Amino acid sequence: MSVIVFADTRGEKVAKSALETLTYGRKLASKDGASLTLVTFGDASVDKLAALDANKVVVARNIGDADSQQLTRLVADVATKEGATWIVFSHDDTGKAVAPRVGAKLNAGEVAGAITLPNDQGLIKRNVFSGKAQAWVELKTPVKVISLLPNSIPVEAATGTAAVEEYSGDLGTAKVTVKEVRKAGEGIPLPEAEVVVSAGRGMKGPENWGMVEELAKELHAATACSRPVSDMDWRPHHEHVGQTGIAIRPNLYIAIGISGAIQHLAGVNGSKVIAVINTDPEAPFFKAADYGIVGDAFEVLPKLIEAAKKLNAER
Amino acid sequence: MKAGSLAMAFTYRLVTFAARNVPHSMKILVLISHVPDTTARIAFTNDNTAYDTSGIQFIVNPYDEWYALVRALELKEAQGGTVTTITVGGAETDPTIRKALAIGADDAVRVDTAPKDGHDVAAQVAAFAKDKAYDLILAGKETIDHNGSQVGPMLAELLDLPFISLAAKLDVADGKATAERDVRGDVEVVECALPLVVSCAKGMAEQRIPNMRGIMAARTKPLQVIPAAATEALTSTVKFELPPPKQAVKMIPAEEAGKLIELLHSEAKVI
Ligand SMILES: Cc1cc2nc3c(=O)[nH]c(=O)nc-3n(C[C@H](O)[C@H](O)[C@H](O)COP(=O)(O)OP(=O)(O)OC[C@H]3O[C@@H](n4cnc5c(N)ncnc54)[C@H](O)[C@@H]3O)c2cc1C
Repeated sequence: MSVIVFADTRGEKVAKSALETLTYGRKLASKDGASLTLVTFGDASVDKLAALDANKVVVARNIGDADSQQLTRLVADVATKEGATWIVFSHDDTGKAVAPRVGAKLNAGEVAGAITLPNDQGLIKRNVFSGKAQAWVELKTPVKVISLLPNSIPVEAATGTAAVEEYSGDLGTAKVTVKEVRKAGEGIPLPEAEVVVSAGRGMKGPENWGMVEELAKELHAATACSRPVSDMDWRPHHEHVGQTGIAIRPNLYIAIGISGAIQHLAGVNGSKVIAVINTDPEAPFFKAADYGIVGDAFEVLPKLIEAAKKLNAER
Repeated sequence: MKAGSLAMAFTYRLVTFAARNVPHSMKILVLISHVPDTTARIAFTNDNTAYDTSGIQFIVNPYDEWYALVRALELKEAQGGTVTTITVGGAETDPTIRKALAIGADDAVRVDTAPKDGHDVAAQVAAFAKDKAYDLILAGKETIDHNGSQVGPMLAELLDLPFISLAAKLDVADGKATAERDVRGDVEVVECALPLVVSCAKGMAEQRIPNMRGIMAARTKPLQVIPAAATEALTSTVKFELPPPKQAVKMIPAEEAGKLIELLHSEAKVI
């Protein structure tokens, strides 16, 4: 019996979301007395892989993450050979494409975006209705697939001495290939950010975003915006959060000059703490906020930047 | 007479010229999901086991409509072809399907069943599409009710097709699709030969409001209702719950705005 965790181990550091899936997989494995196998790809060194908290690591060296068919073959093959009962992914860009495919290939039920471990009845919780409600899902199949929403469980760091095996099966050729990667600027990628400074139409125009960016920089935060702001091209599309943009769950979301329409809230209501700055005391966002300031962004922002600078100087 | 035949010869030329250059006209399938309006009240009935649809306005899932469907129509307008929509659901989804037809889809298919889960939707669509040779199958990146982002990749697997997820731009030329994806804060440009499945995100197209002509035409466009394939549920949603209400907001006077930073640090401990 085994639990399979699929994770991206490329890059300098193993991503927090990958460590979360290992923690999740380890808990499932301990409960069932099963062993934990990490399936990964790319060029991470054997030492780095062996140190992760798994009993065994299977690494496919010559593939990337662009082709979900290749990754699906890899995970399904290892899972079948090991007689896996659970297959755990991160609900990140790669996991969202591969986990459902693996489920379909193995005729295994999948919980997309799980936020808990299975409870006593084996039910797993996930967000539905864009975070406005939650659902408890039962997996009715012998093999069960999970994609874990990032930031849902704390990482329990453990180091292992896993045996690392190079995958030698046939994964076919990649049909989807990467032509080019355009690196974004300096900033922190929004979906991974723990602190997000977001602004809306209340900022009046793109020329006023300097203050928003400066506050973000002082707080080591990513920047985001409301839909009209990205529709008017004041800010790029990938900053648009909400029901029709992206959903984020940072530890802190600061909303400046955003009214807090229900479609906007749907993308940010998973944030641990929300702070709202708005001239209108009746703005609906205050109802969803933990901290609020009724005031003009153009006066409040400089004060926040100054206070953040002071805090940084003291740390 | 003379002028007429000249015009005809000219037209003929144009046609043959065009035929040589026009790419293979595309057969596109767009998945359309029927979801509660974005402002709909979220409440549950039957001991929290079912969504309470009473008095709820339903719409085309925005990702399916604004991005997948509109981009499919743009590709068709530029290159020729057909755009068919497919929905898995009962007769209550017909007005939603007509809306997609009003926006410009040529025809629609409805698989007549209440889907059991995301896998069921994919299995039903796969059963219909498997022998139809679609060049391109477009889905929204997720629905705004289940938020599973499962149907596109499951469908791709069931049809043994490649899949591009979360595309923010999509072009097709010479039998190849090129897409841009926002991943990890970077923009990735990927390429794949047709046929394939693509899930569509913000950036791909602009919302289109159906005009009167579209709405009239939609009434008579073909909507084929087909029986469901036999499937088994792999998952089941046992119960729903609403998040606990938020605590009251702590207000800070604007003159002392800097205090917010102190509280976020010392009290909320998030910076
Ligand atoms: C189907 C559908 C999907 C949608 N999806 C999304 C989505 O994903 N994301 C999203 O954001 N929206 C979405 N919307 C739009 C949403 O309904 C709102 O229109 C939008 O969020 C409003 O953006 P805003 O708050 O920036 O602008 P506004 O509503 O114009 O609000 C501006 C706010 O700024 C305040 N303000 C003005 N001046 C100042 C100042 N000097 N200092 C401080 N505050 C000031 C005002 O009091 C006001 O509250 C969607 C709408 C629909 C119909």
